[in-house]
Amino acid sequence: MLLAFKNINHITERNVAIGILVLTVTALVHIFRHPFWGVRLRGFFRRPLAIMALIIALLFFATAWMDAIAWKDAMAAGAEGVSLDARESRSLLDRTFACFAGVPEYEYRERSYSAPLADHEFVDTDIQLTYRHLMGTSQTGHDTLFKILKGCKPAVVIGTLPLIVAIPLALLFGITAGFFGGRTDDLVVYLYTTLASIPGLLLMIALITVLGQGLLQISVGLGVTGWIGLCRLVRGETLKLRELEYVQAATCLGVPPGRIIMRHILPNLMHIVVITAILAFTGLVLTESVLSYIGIGLEHSWGAMIDHARGELAREPVIWWNLVFASSALFVLVLCVNVVGDAVRDVLDPRVTVHD
Amino acid sequence: MTIYIIRRLLMGIPTVLGVLFILFSLFFWIAKPEHIAVKALGEKARAEQIEQWIQDHGYNLPKFYNDSCSGWQRITETRLCQFYRSMLSFNFGRSDLDDISIVEKIHDGMGPSLALMVPVFIASLVAAISISLFVALFRGTYIDRFALILCVVGMSIVYFVYIIGGQYYLGKVLRWYPISGWSSQHMIHFLTLPFIVGTIAGLGESVRFYRTIMVNEIGSDYIRTARAKGLGDAAILFRHLLKNAMIPILTRLVMAIPFLFTGSLLLESFFGIPGLGRLTVEAILNNDFRTISAMVYISSLLYIAANLLTDISYTLVDPRIRLQ
Repeated sequence: MLLAFKNINHITERNVAIGILVLTVTALVHIFRHPFWGVRLRGFFRRPLAIMALIIALLFFATAWMDAIAWKDAMAAGAEGVSLDARESRSLLDRTFACFAGVPEYEYRERSYSAPLADHEFVDTDIQLTYRHLMGTSQTGHDTLFKILKGCKPAVVIGTLPLIVAIPLALLFGITAGFFGGRTDDLVVYLYTTLASIPGLLLMIALITVLGQGLLQISVGLGVTGWIGLCRLVRGETLKLRELEYVQAATCLGVPPGRIIMRHILPNLMHIVVITAILAFTGLVLTESVLSYIGIGLEHSWGAMIDHARGELAREPVIWWNLVFASSALFVLVLCVNVVGDAVRDVLDPRVTVHD
Repeated sequence: MTIYIIRRLLMGIPTVLGVLFILFSLFFWIAKPEHIAVKALGEKARAEQIEQWIQDHGYNLPKFYNDSCSGWQRITETRLCQFYRSMLSFNFGRSDLDDISIVEKIHDGMGPSLALMVPVFIASLVAAISISLFVALFRGTYIDRFALILCVVGMSIVYFVYIIGGQYYLGKVLRWYPISGWSSQHMIHFLTLPFIVGTIAGLGESVRFYRTIMVNEIGSDYIRTARAKGLGDAAILFRHLLKNAMIPILTRLVMAIPFLFTGSLLLESFFGIPGLGRLTVEAILNNDFRTISAMVYISSLLYIAANLLTDISYTLVDPRIRLQ
């Protein structure tokens, strides 16, 4: 079943990307109007370091979003004498890059390696380059800067898509276990201790080798292993919340369990979910690069770039730019999200009171 | 206490059976035996060869229920039952890939893995705790803030970059250590670089973890009392604070023990150390399901044991905790 989704075409991707943008904006407007969340999150904007990190992280997300908006040129697709590359769907990112480079992005390439800002080829120094590349080119002559920009989408997608699998799973199992207790609790605890006793990375690798390679498969693999930690936290918190007076009062008044969960339990768990999700993002992005090394990662990701560039340091003279820029991109994104996550945790922690 | 341990061990049985069932369904239920045979014999294998290979390795049996037998054999003569039998008796059989006994492979790999991971474990523990005690002493100052930023930076770097950076700078530029390789005579020579890399790579995360614990503890009443008594910093930190911070530290430490045996996947395969981590990576790369499931099984056994050990160790550091 999963294999059927292997190729997501650019139209679906575009619709999803636009949908995500609309949803995010609506959600943000609602969150900032909310009495608890609004006040708490405004505290976030009093931290200059966190704001800076947020802006940089948003730049990465924006690049990824631009890469998801792709369309085909109606003129080029039908016209005679147009190269095959021009007939493919090109994303907003490709087109913007082409604007800055002055030529279409698929022509902005060399024969082989060239150093950053060099005007001669790196290995054959006699050959003059056609363009200057800010971050050099790869072995196949592709511009490194462009590859880095293209790597934003896989990174962002792999950081968020598994969470869409993991968070509902964790909430469903965690809340039912904590709220109903007894046999249900035993079953859920058994389920997650069993899964937790398999080393996470190995289980993930096993799932992906069995399911096959592809974005959705990897997301399912990462999601299935990722829900355990959150489920544990949610269960513990639900156990605590269940005993609180207002929940007991609701039970006494005869409110059905479903409504108690939706109105009294779930909202009080959301801060844990938000904090875990932001910090899990970084873990997922880093894990993807490990998967790339094993050869089951995503195509065109930074992890794949680092993996390709591994041997380049052993060459003489050293070809450093692919490795350095790919790992710096990964580093900057993860660092910024870590800083944002820490700030959000400080802001949302209910033990700290905010006066506003 | 003994009763508690026995009960916990009995509770581990369903977990082990569950782990084995997950492994079975992943590798032998979903993956077709023909695929495994083709992987082992190569693409050019003839149909009869594949047939023979499947017969030899017992992959031709039905999965859950054998109709052609009678009595108990209906259940015992199946792949599920054989899988459980071989795993529970630690008789892992031969690797699908090169026909070498898996037990032998694990036996050979354990030494190098332990030789690498035990020093890394001890060194990073000592380094992380001393740094975090130092930082906790200066909490709220610029030293603390600077250390925290360094920790987050350290956490955000991919593991590869530490490895590749270490290999490049210490191995290629400075030529202090060999870039990778192994020989059992000159073990220290080859293990120093992976040791340095492994110690530094985990430092950011653990210093931050320990610092949070230390800072939480350092604000408590007993520390103020100790200061009021006129005790010096060293006595307060090591005699009072460390003792009380022991529970979270122990949890983290004991849970790291399984990885001492199974080794580090990345460190070993990058530095060419023939340990269990590299064995696992090779098994994954070659789809050697038997070896992978043996490794996963062993690590989950170790994990369950470590879990039990954590609970027991709580009673040693905190006499208030009673196990029942």
